[in-house]
Amino acid sequence: MATSDKIQVDSVTGQTTTGHEWDGIRELNTPLPRWWLWTFYATILFSIGYWVVYPAWPGITGFTHGLWGQSSRGDVAADVAAIQAQRAVTEGGLKDATVEQIVADKKLLSLALAHGKAAFAENCAPCHGAGGQGGKGYRNLTNEDWLWGGKLEDIQQTITHGIRDYADKDTRQSAMPAWGVGNPPALTADQIRQVASYVRTLSKLPPEDGVDVAAGQKIFADNCAVCHGDDGKGKREMGSANLTDGLQLYGGDVKDLIQTITYARNSTMPAWGAKLDPVTIKTLAVFVHNLGAGE
Amino acid sequence: MSAAEKLENGGGPEVYDEGPLYASAAKVYPQKVSGTYRRLKWALLIVCLGLYYVLPFVRWDRGPNEPHQSILIDLPHSRFYWFFIEIWPQEVYYFTGLLILASLALFLSNALFGRVWCGYFCIQTVWTDLFMWVERLVEGDRRDRIKLEAAPWSASKIGKRVAKHGLWLLIACGTGGAFVLYFADAPTLVANLFTLKAPLVAYVWIGILTFTTYFLAGHMREQVCLYMCPWPRIQAALTDVDALNVTYRRDRGEPRLSVKDAARARAAGKPAGDCIDCLQCVVVCPTGVDIRKGSQLGCIQCGLCIDACDAVMTKVHRPTRLIAYDTDENIKRRARGEKPVYKLVRSRTILYVVVIALVGSLMLYKLTTRQHIGLSVLHVRAPMYTLAHDGMVRNGYTLRFANKWSEPREFALSVSGLPGATVKSEEADTLPDGRLKVSLDPDATQEIELYVTAPVASAAAAGAPVTMTATDLKNGETATVSDHFFGP
Repeated sequence: MATSDKIQVDSVTGQTTTGHEWDGIRELNTPLPRWWLWTFYATILFSIGYWVVYPAWPGITGFTHGLWGQSSRGDVAADVAAIQAQRAVTEGGLKDATVEQIVADKKLLSLALAHGKAAFAENCAPCHGAGGQGGKGYRNLTNEDWLWGGKLEDIQQTITHGIRDYADKDTRQSAMPAWGVGNPPALTADQIRQVASYVRTLSKLPPEDGVDVAAGQKIFADNCAVCHGDDGKGKREMGSANLTDGLQLYGGDVKDLIQTITYARNSTMPAWGAKLDPVTIKTLAVFVHNLGAGE
Repeated sequence: MSAAEKLENGGGPEVYDEGPLYASAAKVYPQKVSGTYRRLKWALLIVCLGLYYVLPFVRWDRGPNEPHQSILIDLPHSRFYWFFIEIWPQEVYYFTGLLILASLALFLSNALFGRVWCGYFCIQTVWTDLFMWVERLVEGDRRDRIKLEAAPWSASKIGKRVAKHGLWLLIACGTGGAFVLYFADAPTLVANLFTLKAPLVAYVWIGILTFTTYFLAGHMREQVCLYMCPWPRIQAALTDVDALNVTYRRDRGEPRLSVKDAARARAAGKPAGDCIDCLQCVVVCPTGVDIRKGSQLGCIQCGLCIDACDAVMTKVHRPTRLIAYDTDENIKRRARGEKPVYKLVRSRTILYVVVIALVGSLMLYKLTTRQHIGLSVLHVRAPMYTLAHDGMVRNGYTLRFANKWSEPREFALSVSGLPGATVKSEEADTLPDGRLKVSLDPDATQEIELYVTAPVASAAAAGAPVTMTATDLKNGETATVSDHFFGP
């Protein structure tokens, strides 16, 4: 703790002390150079200049905007405008090319993938997952279980017009009946159990214990094969699922299958053509096609 | 009564009510001097400034796809060029090595000759020296400058001041102008600067550096060393008793007497020092210190006081080097009648040299064996794996290839360590041998998504090891990375 002390003159240097004493130790008062003081005044002047040109003082309803009219929001808007102008140049090639042409040209492909990646994260990831891995009821875009086809135009078509988005007249449509609903239902609960177990055997999965799989096979042939095919491999033209690959959109457990057959699922995907520009949709198709399962 | 006791008793000769908080720095008017060290300083000044101004114009052929400037910091493309060396941002460790070398060289020079960096090479010293030379050219030597300062304003004084500041600003502007040349093609930029076609940022930087050069070398001078620079403080921790510092040999110099008094004293057999108290060492000092007070913060080890003192000693017919690069230890030795000892080779300097050699060799080795092919891998995390048809598992990897050659190159990619694996990538072509071919632009990187499909048996929930190797199809240089292959 500094205590007050008389200002003295050090006999060795001839300098005065600061007038503070710490446990018998005194400090010589070495004056700061004058320019240091001027530098301090210069910073004050600088701050006044800053108030004049930049937003500075808050008021009751607003604030002083400054002569230069700078604002962080304005900076962002300018940056966005600049990047859009830049994009208009770099993505000119994407506008005129078809999805096949994009994939055939390595430069356009990298550009489309970069654009598609960003657009996917913004629009598709909430349902399909950050890497397109999907989830129960949401298509895993990295596997081959395409209901409507995995070629570039197929994907482009699906993204543009959606699935069961009836606001779009070209939307993908299919409707599996709810076999266990109605009075009387088309299939009884026991029949549904049997057909569910049979469907599991199509994917080489074990059926439920004690369930008559042969009966299930007959029910399948009478009711399901029309859409899913005699071999259960599904039909792309009608968007019916391939039941033999063990990759079921709503799960392949006995319970999941019984629920799917009883109530049907028929989920929807929006038609993005109404929301996104054609270039973005093309890049999304290319990006999804490049997630590993594209055909 | 000792000084400490005096202070303790509060017994100073005077007691003020208040000391001054600020004081104007006493202006230093260094006098012209000539001699060994002045010549050395001129030579180094010419070399340093010559390199600074000329290097951006030196050309270096790197092939058609790269800049031809010997030293270029290419910020838009994130590249640094130094003659045969090209550095990418991820190789910034070369700069770390360079900084280590620079600091070790500074330690070594400090252990040998004290703050010679300050006295001969520091940009503050070099430009201040140049500015003082201009000042002397326009306003005359020390005495004339002091007179001019005190003189009332007149046409002649205004003329001299205008000329001096004009020349200073011209040099300062050239300094900033040369600096920006290291960031763009120099001849093009020079032409653009003069035709007002250069980018605004170039003019802004020239403006900033013009101001700093003019202000620091023209007006702040020794104040930079005394108040702003950390090195005078740091060097106190690096020096030792054997380092050769500019030293006033007080064993020879004291007691100070005039030439006549000294002659009389010598005749009478009384002690007489060689120092005649002519203050030449003080008036030539660019930082205005009195070296006779010993080693101090303000001394930049430039040796100009040695030149000044030697000239005086020659005139009064006494041996030169009353001030010299020497040690306080040698003063004590001579006082004891022993021979002075100069230990430039000692454990400390040997250690510095060894470490410099080690770091230097390591850097040279790394630079000469620098890979021109690069490969890095990132496993796709969402999903970790995909179950494909027929009991197969697929993993996705993001690979980034780097081609550090100044020409386009083709790399082949092979995946090994995974039985039954097949690879595909839309961004690559397939070679006849099944490997993937990636084409890279000169001096560029390329990212691809790679999908590896293998039987479930080859995968492991904890990840089976997999190795990816990129091979330069032209010279066979390879880069290898390893990752894991996940499955259920």
